[in-house]
Amino acid sequence: MKNTHSQIHKFYLNGRYIVLDVASESLMQVDQMTYDILDDYHLKSDEETLEKWQKTYPKDEVEEVIAELHELEEQGMLYAPDDYDPMVYQNYDLIKSMCLNVAHDCNLRCKYCFASQGDFNGKRDVMPYEVGKKALDFLVAQSKNRHNLEVDFFGGEPMINFDVVKRLVAYGRSLEGPKNKKFKFTMTTNGMLLNDENMKWIDENMGNVVLSLDGRKAVNDRMRPTISGKGSYDIIFNHIKKMCDIREASGKEYYVRGTYTKYNLDFGRDVEDMARQGFKSLSVEPVVTDPSKPYAILEEDVNAIKKEYDRLALAYLNQEEEGLDYLFYHFMVDLNGGPCVYKRLSGCGAGRDYVAVTPKGNIYPCHQFVGQPEFIMGNVDEGITKPEIKDQFMEAGLLNKPSCRDCWCRYFCGGGCHANAWNFNHTVMKPYEVSCEIERHRVENALMIKIVQDERTAED
Amino acid sequence: MKHIQVVNKGRLCETANKGCGECQTSCQSACKTSCTVGNQHCKQAQAK
Repeated sequence: MKNTHSQIHKFYLNGRYIVLDVASESLMQVDQMTYDILDDYHLKSDEETLEKWQKTYPKDEVEEVIAELHELEEQGMLYAPDDYDPMVYQNYDLIKSMCLNVAHDCNLRCKYCFASQGDFNGKRDVMPYEVGKKALDFLVAQSKNRHNLEVDFFGGEPMINFDVVKRLVAYGRSLEGPKNKKFKFTMTTNGMLLNDENMKWIDENMGNVVLSLDGRKAVNDRMRPTISGKGSYDIIFNHIKKMCDIREASGKEYYVRGTYTKYNLDFGRDVEDMARQGFKSLSVEPVVTDPSKPYAILEEDVNAIKKEYDRLALAYLNQEEEGLDYLFYHFMVDLNGGPCVYKRLSGCGAGRDYVAVTPKGNIYPCHQFVGQPEFIMGNVDEGITKPEIKDQFMEAGLLNKPSCRDCWCRYFCGGGCHANAWNFNHTVMKPYEVSCEIERHRVENALMIKIVQDERTAED
Repeated sequence: MKHIQVVNKGRLCETANKGCGECQTSCQSACKTSCTVGNQHCKQAQAK
């Protein structure tokens, strides 16, 4: 019997037999015979495997397959031992990333907004400069010897408090030299208040810009109305397009980011619509919400979503024929320069190396938990006053979650979204299974795309 | 190999205990909701 803690995942997609070695992340394309033999190779002796499969395939070929599998195993590419230390990230107890909610107010009334349409279940509020300044000081202090720091201006709609954003960026930059830090600032905006002047400033000062748009006009307008209840598409589209054009010209990072819900399970059409509009960097994701909401994605929606990822993946591979040229964030996978084991085990980082700060200066594990008082970890004046909340997230590492421990996809998702787990299971230790099913399927598609793209590169 | 084509020789095992923590927090990338760690980039690999 071989080491059963090691694991592979094999799947058939787009006419290809694909094998992933989970612990090493080696990726292989095999013939059907190898694909079949892998059902037994790890669990039976070579003699038993040969005995079984020589009834289906020529004996000498079965022997060849077994020999090739052994060769891969010896090279650490198949059934590599998964003996990573589940708590290795404990050695990196610092905060490096912050979501700065500079406005708990919004000029849209998006129906799925986890910020309760901009006010986070509380009074509408904007962050005073002094609170933001203390938040940056807190981040710098908590980041210890880490050099690269990230701050995302978020809300609500952060552009409502744009003057404070500008002052905070200037303050952050003033800390870089003396504290040996480098800030990467991100602006996440709905586009409503973008104009020529502030877009120029954003382009010059933001490391990333995330622009919210859900795709087709009807889809966007159903869930993203203005305060008066009218659709926002006609107001925001030109702003977002112009911002993206500026980022394309300057060669800087941006994403047009949409949310799909039960109402648009054909979300791939929204991805393609935005690609046709000329947006080249796209991220469209399932809604995170309370399961009682009518637009929540539930088990009954999974098959339709999987089919849509399959369809989109094929269209994505043939985008050139459609005259398109775009990247879809969730079909991107970096197998050569991807993150280390430490990062995979530590997952999203919420509550541990990533926090969110509200206009009042309260600290939460991430932006999704804002507005739930039981998750207030501290504040920018006193720091972390409830370390037990941080401990809870520290414990929620990938390999400490029973349902993640044996899942083949664990090193791609890092354990999933804590907020989603909390919404559906009321614990951060158990991910929402529907999200997992969706994630696994889109990773399968991402791996298939990787194989096809590599083949095309080799042909060129 | 006749039956198996290696598309990628994984390097994940080689990174055990080598994390520097300088990479981007995944939730701060493009998503802000669902967690996707595998498509993030390693700062050390990028620097090489």
